[in-house]
Amino acid sequence: MTRRWRTFLLVSLALASAGCTRKAGPAATPQPTAFGAALVESSGGKQMGAIGTVLAQPVVIQVNDEQGSAVAGALVKFSGPAGVIFDPAVGLSDSSGQFSTNVALGSVAGRYQVTARTSTKAQKSFELKIEEIALGYQEQVGFQLNNKYCSRCHDPESTPEQVSNYDNLEVKPHPFTEGDTLNKMTADDLTAIVSHGGPALNKSALMPAYGYTLSKTEIDALISYIRLISDPPYHAPEAVSTKR
Amino acid sequence: MSAPRPFDRIGGWLRRNVLASPVHRFGLASLLLLIALAVAPTKDFFNQWRHYQRQYKKFISTRPDSATLQHHFTGGIQQIWLPDLAVVDRCTTCHVAVDEKSLQDAGSVPEPFRTHPPVAHNVKDWGCVVCHRGQGPATEVAEAHETTRAWEEPILPARYLESSCGQCHRAPLTGTPHLNLGRNLLGRYGCVHCHTIKLPDGSAVQPTDHPPALSHIADKTTREWIYAWLKDPQAYAVSATMPNYKLTDEDARDISAFLIANSAPVAGDSVPASGTGSKAQKTPDPSAGASLYGESFCASCHAVQNAAGNVVGGDVGPELTRIGSKLKAEWLQAWLRNPRVYDPETPMPHYRFTDPQVSLLTAYLGNKTDSDLLANVHLDAATPEQIAHGKRLTTEYGCASCHEINGIRKPDNFAPELTRIGSKPLVQIAFLPGMTHSTPDYIAAKIRQPRAFGPGLKMPQYGLAPSQIDALTTALLALTDRAHDLPMVWTVPAKAPSSYQPAGKAGKLISDLACFSCHAINGRGGDMAPDLSWEGSAVQRQWLQAFLKNPGTLRPALIRRMPQFNLSESDINELTDYMMTAYQTPAFDRDSMPSTGYPPAQVEQGKQLFYSKYACQACHIIDTKVDKGYVGPTLTEVGSRLNSAWIYHWLKNPQALQPGTIEPNRNMSDEDARALTAFLMTQKGSGKREAKK
Repeated sequence: MTRRWRTFLLVSLALASAGCTRKAGPAATPQPTAFGAALVESSGGKQMGAIGTVLAQPVVIQVNDEQGSAVAGALVKFSGPAGVIFDPAVGLSDSSGQFSTNVALGSVAGRYQVTARTSTKAQKSFELKIEEIALGYQEQVGFQLNNKYCSRCHDPESTPEQVSNYDNLEVKPHPFTEGDTLNKMTADDLTAIVSHGGPALNKSALMPAYGYTLSKTEIDALISYIRLISDPPYHAPEAVSTKR
Repeated sequence: MSAPRPFDRIGGWLRRNVLASPVHRFGLASLLLLIALAVAPTKDFFNQWRHYQRQYKKFISTRPDSATLQHHFTGGIQQIWLPDLAVVDRCTTCHVAVDEKSLQDAGSVPEPFRTHPPVAHNVKDWGCVVCHRGQGPATEVAEAHETTRAWEEPILPARYLESSCGQCHRAPLTGTPHLNLGRNLLGRYGCVHCHTIKLPDGSAVQPTDHPPALSHIADKTTREWIYAWLKDPQAYAVSATMPNYKLTDEDARDISAFLIANSAPVAGDSVPASGTGSKAQKTPDPSAGASLYGESFCASCHAVQNAAGNVVGGDVGPELTRIGSKLKAEWLQAWLRNPRVYDPETPMPHYRFTDPQVSLLTAYLGNKTDSDLLANVHLDAATPEQIAHGKRLTTEYGCASCHEINGIRKPDNFAPELTRIGSKPLVQIAFLPGMTHSTPDYIAAKIRQPRAFGPGLKMPQYGLAPSQIDALTTALLALTDRAHDLPMVWTVPAKAPSSYQPAGKAGKLISDLACFSCHAINGRGGDMAPDLSWEGSAVQRQWLQAFLKNPGTLRPALIRRMPQFNLSESDINELTDYMMTAYQTPAFDRDSMPSTGYPPAQVEQGKQLFYSKYACQACHIIDTKVDKGYVGPTLTEVGSRLNSAWIYHWLKNPQALQPGTIEPNRNMSDEDARALTAFLMTQKGSGKREAKK
C-alpha cells in the first residue's frame, strides 16, 4: 500500500513538474550582430486608437551609431505598461537600421508610454520613449465628432484629403492639444462654447453654436476627447482633491 | 500486503474510550453531524465574492465620500436578468461600483471596484456580459472570465469589444469605427462571395466589390499579364483586393492558358474610328494626357502609387499605377469610348470622350508601365492538357464565386457559412498546436494566414494590415447566436438597401453616367458627392443646366469633383427636366418664396447677420477678396444657384434637409432666416457662367 502511494506521489510530482517546465520555454532572443548608440523615432508615435486595438500604423524606430548613421542587426526591445502588446516585442534592426512593431494598447483609456531599448557593446542601455493614446468609448465618439465637425478649423494641419481652414481664420481657433489654455477652462465653459458659440464666453463669433446640432452626450464625449489629448495632460480637479 | 497494524491500534483505542457507551456514541455522532452542517456555511463565508465585498467595504471607508458609497452598497449576490437576451449577469456582485461616479480614476481605484467608463448604455441596467461576454451566472473569478470545462465563453479581449455592439446594432455607429470598418471590408474584399453571411431578417450580406467578368478577358489583356497577376496580384497593384492563391508556376501557367482559351470576344466592341485616333497616338503629348486625366477627375475613383510608395486617389475603380503593362490599347480605347459595351454593370461612367481625347488618354495610361512586372514571364503556347488542367483548377479554386467565367457555374456555398461564426463552439474548431483555445484568436489567425491551418486549404492569402484583420475579426465576432436569435424589437436595423432605379430616358442616362457611383438618390448610391434626392427643390433650373454642361467649382478645397461628361444639349435638358420634377422634397413648396425683389433694408440686415451674428464667413465665401471660408461651398453666386425657399428652410434646419450635414443648426428665428435668404439671393456672381454659355 505505502509503496503504491509513494509511486503515485512520485509519478504525479513528475507530471506536475513536466507541466511546469513545458510552459517555461521562452522564445529565443536573437543575437545582435551590431550595437547602436542612439534610438530615433521614424514613425508611429502620437497615434490614437481604440482601447485594446492594434494601432493603424506600426511604430518604427531607427538604431543609429555615434555618427548618426543607421546600424543594422542591433537588438531592440519594446516594453510598455500593463496590457500593451507588441508584435514583435524583440528583434534586430533591419538593413536600414529600422525596427518596426505593431502595438496594441491596453484596455483602459489614457496615454500610454512605450519604451524602445537597445544597448551598446558595453551593455549600456539606451531608451526611447514614445507616447500613444488609447481612446475609450466616450473619447472615441468625441474623436469621430472632432473629425467631422471641429478639425476643419481647429486642426492646424492641412492635408489634400481634408483641407484645414485654420490658416484662413482671422482669429485663430485653439488646437485641442493646447492644454495651457484649454486645461484652465472648466467642463461647463467648454460646454457653453460648443453649445452657444464663441460669444457665450466673449470669444470670436467665428466659432458657431452647435447646441442644436449636437446632443449633450455628444458634447460630453467631445470634451472627454479634448481632455484626453491635451498637452500638457489634463488633471481632473476631483482627482487632485482625493489625492490630498 | 502487510497487516494494517496502525489501524487496528486506533480502532481498539476508539472502541475502548470514545465508543464505550451509547452516550459517547451519540455525542460523537452529533459532533460529526455538526461539522458536516458547518461545511456549507464555511465554504460560503470564504466565497470569492464575499471576499471582494469585504474588501470593497474596507476600501470605501478610506474614501472621502465613504458615507454615500456605503449608502449605495447592497451586499449579497447581485443579479441582472434580461430574459429576452438570454442574459443572467451576476458580475455586479464583485464589480460592486460599476455605476459609482466617484470611483473612475484608474490610478487610485483598484479593480474590481472601478466605475465603468461612460458608454452609450447604463451598465446597471444592461449588465456586463452583453458586451464583454464571459459567464454571467458565475460567482468565481475564473469561472466568470475564463474558459472552464463547463463553460467555454471567456471574456472578450478589449480589441474586439465593438463586436458586441454589432449584435444588436446593424447600422453603423459613431462610436464603433472598427466594427464599421470590418463590416465594410467583408463587402469590399468580397469575403461574402464565398462565405454566406445570413442576417436574421433573411437577407444576406452583399459584396461591394466588382470583380470583373473573365469571359472576354483575351480582349483586354495578355496571358503573360494574367500569369503575373495570378502569381502575385499586389506586385501589380499594392491596393488590389484580389488575394494571393500561392499558385505554383505550373498552376498559374495552366489557369492563364485556360482563361485565354476560354475567352470569347465581346459582341459590340467597335473598332477605333478611322484615322484621327491612330494619328494622335503617334505623337502623344504626355502633358496633355496628364491634364485631361486631371480635368476628367479620374483620380476621384482611381488611385496611382506615387514615388514615395503612397497610393493616392480614390478606391472606387482599380489602381492604375501599372495599367500600361496590363491593357491592350484597342481595348482601352473601346473602354474609354463606352465602358458599358464591355461591362454593362461597371461603376465607370460613360464619359463621351471625343476621339482625340480617347487617344490622348490611351497614350497617357499606356505609358504607365512597369518593365519588371512581365520581364521574367515567358510562356510557351498552351497545350490542350494544360488548358484542361487550368479549367479543373479554376473550378477547384472557386474562381467563379467572384468572377463570371464562360462555362463554369458559380458554386453554391463554396466556403463555410459564417452566419453564426461568433458563437462557434470551441470543440468544433481545429486549433493549431500552441494556439490559445479561443474563438477570436482562431478567427484572426485564420484571416492572417489561412494556409497555416493546412497546406491543402483553398482560402487564399490576403494582404491585410493588422488593424484590418482586427476589424474583420470584430465584424465576424458580432455574428453570434444571440445576434441571430434576438427578438426584432431589440435590434437597431441598418438602412434597407435601396434598388431605386429612375425611369425613362433620364433613368437610362443616369445609369449610363453611373451617377450612383458618387451620388446617392433615394437611398441608393455612393457618398462621395452630395445626395441628389431633393436636388430639384434645392437648385435653379438654369444653374443645373449650366453645371451639367460645365461643372464648376463649388468647393475649392475638394480634390474629388464632378467631371465634365461632354453631354449633348438634349441629354442635359432630359436630365434637368427629370431632376427638377422628380427630386422634390415634400417638406416645402419650392415656389413659396420670391427669388428677387427683397427690400434693400432686409438685404442689408441679412448682410449684418451673415458677417457678425452668425459669422458665416468662417466657412463660406461671399466676397472672394475678403472672405476665406473654405469649409462649405462658395456662395458668390448662390443667388443664381439655389432656390430661395430651399435657402430659408436650410437655414432653419439643415439636418432636416440633409441628415448628417456639418452645417450647424443655429436655431434661427424666422426673421433672421428671411433676412439672410434675402441677402444670399442677391449674390448673383460675376455672370461669367452666363457669358460662357
